[in-house]
Amino acid sequence: MTPIINVKNLCFGYGSDDILYGVTFSITPGDYVALSGPNGAGKSTLIKVLLGLAGPYRGKIELFGQNRKLFNDWGRIGYLPQQSNNYNPLFPATAREVVRMGLLAGKSFPKIFNAADNERVSVVMKLMGIEKQKNKMVGELSGGQQQKVFLARALASNPSLLVLDEPSSALDPLSRDSFFALLEELNQEHQTTVIMVTHDTPQIGRYAKTLLYLDKKVVFYGGFNDFCQSPDMGGYFGSYSQHLICHQHD
Amino acid sequence: MEIISLFSLGFVVRAFVAGAFIAALCAILGNFLVLKKLSLIGDGLSHVSFGAIALALFFGVYPLLVAIPLVLAASYFVLKLSQRAKLYGDAAIGIVSAVGVSIGVMLASLSNGFNVDLFAYLFGNILAVSAAEVWLSIGLSAVVLLAIFLLFNDLMVVSFDEDYAKMVGVKASRLNLMLTWLTAITVVLAVKVVGVMLVSALLILPAVSALQLAKSFRAAMALAVGAGVLSVLIGITISVYADLPAGATIVLANFAIFLVSLLWRKVLR
Repeated sequence: MTPIINVKNLCFGYGSDDILYGVTFSITPGDYVALSGPNGAGKSTLIKVLLGLAGPYRGKIELFGQNRKLFNDWGRIGYLPQQSNNYNPLFPATAREVVRMGLLAGKSFPKIFNAADNERVSVVMKLMGIEKQKNKMVGELSGGQQQKVFLARALASNPSLLVLDEPSSALDPLSRDSFFALLEELNQEHQTTVIMVTHDTPQIGRYAKTLLYLDKKVVFYGGFNDFCQSPDMGGYFGSYSQHLICHQHD
Repeated sequence: MEIISLFSLGFVVRAFVAGAFIAALCAILGNFLVLKKLSLIGDGLSHVSFGAIALALFFGVYPLLVAIPLVLAASYFVLKLSQRAKLYGDAAIGIVSAVGVSIGVMLASLSNGFNVDLFAYLFGNILAVSAAEVWLSIGLSAVVLLAIFLLFNDLMVVSFDEDYAKMVGVKASRLNLMLTWLTAITVVLAVKVVGVMLVSALLILPAVSALQLAKSFRAAMALAVGAGVLSVLIGITISVYADLPAGATIVLANFAIFLVSLLWRKVLR
């Protein structure tokens, strides 16, 4: 089976400082990967390099079996960036207009939306439970509602791969549970591959199938059974956290 | 003088038409610039065009022939400076703006003959636009409106979140360059018609007025165009009746519209 993401000996840095070096891993379709590591470990940077938002890099990256530098089928990837990273909260876009941006990847010039696009937007907004907010400006929504709008945008193109950068940070416990339940449904019933950057250590084992622990290089990459039996990972997480993660996974 | 008789005056009609098209053009571009936090680029580029026009007058060349390439180059310089030299956009604009004005002032001081012409460009005179300038305004508006229409969704996502835009395959750098070049050409032509001092007001004020009230991005564009055109109509009418400078009256009409939209927003809340 062709890996959805195949990374070999990836090195990347700003100036002379390497943020990532010798990173190697491969993600198969249908996997649910938690990408974790300490602050400054290069998690978000890795995501940006994978998605073509940072570069140049050394090493090899393949997306859906194609060299990342030649890859242009971005509609197959849904991306939820870290909240409040880049977007202007004063921008007068409605929730519907924002969700529709997720369909741009599949469009060719001139990129004009049609009735089918609008229908798809309605479907994903309903799925996220935000159809009532469709005409509200995104800057006026609560943090949790905004996060749902951005997740709906990531889902709009019906992607095979969903990349989420700290998605649960703005969510209250109830919203977080329904958010993770939705991801689980997408992963299990629709075989959507999920990569999620997270600091939410106790939740990692509860949902993900695979752990990628990064600290500028890959410290651990494998399933939770291996993780739970690894004495080295106790050193990184602390034995209590390791136990908690393994308990959640059970 | 009645309103009807105002419209029987050829120079007033030309001013209305050229002013309305330039105001609409500036309002549309201004929406993107304000939201991308590049509001002052119009100000900076108008100052560069002041320097470029001074250079053209100094060497006895038709001003637009010098101003258009120089202002295009300056806009490219601003973009690259803010991307590559670890400078914020406003600092890059500040540098280009100051250099533009300095060149203009220096050349004005070196030559004793063209100060009057140069100051006409500084403050503009919308009531003296020629028929050719009216057609130029209409033609440019058509080009820019077509470009914005065809690239509307790309420009929207780039203005909203540039990183995400790149991720969905939008060529953000090319679009930014196109936006600054369209702004550069608009600024040069608008300086000829409404003066260095007025251009940035036409770029910024209608957009910020619209942002007070708009409930969607498309509504913001429509409201900005409406505010810009209305300010030109009010400004020219008042200036003709009260014998006031047209450029300054248009700016103050724009500011009044901004205040009204600000109050309206407070009332609505």
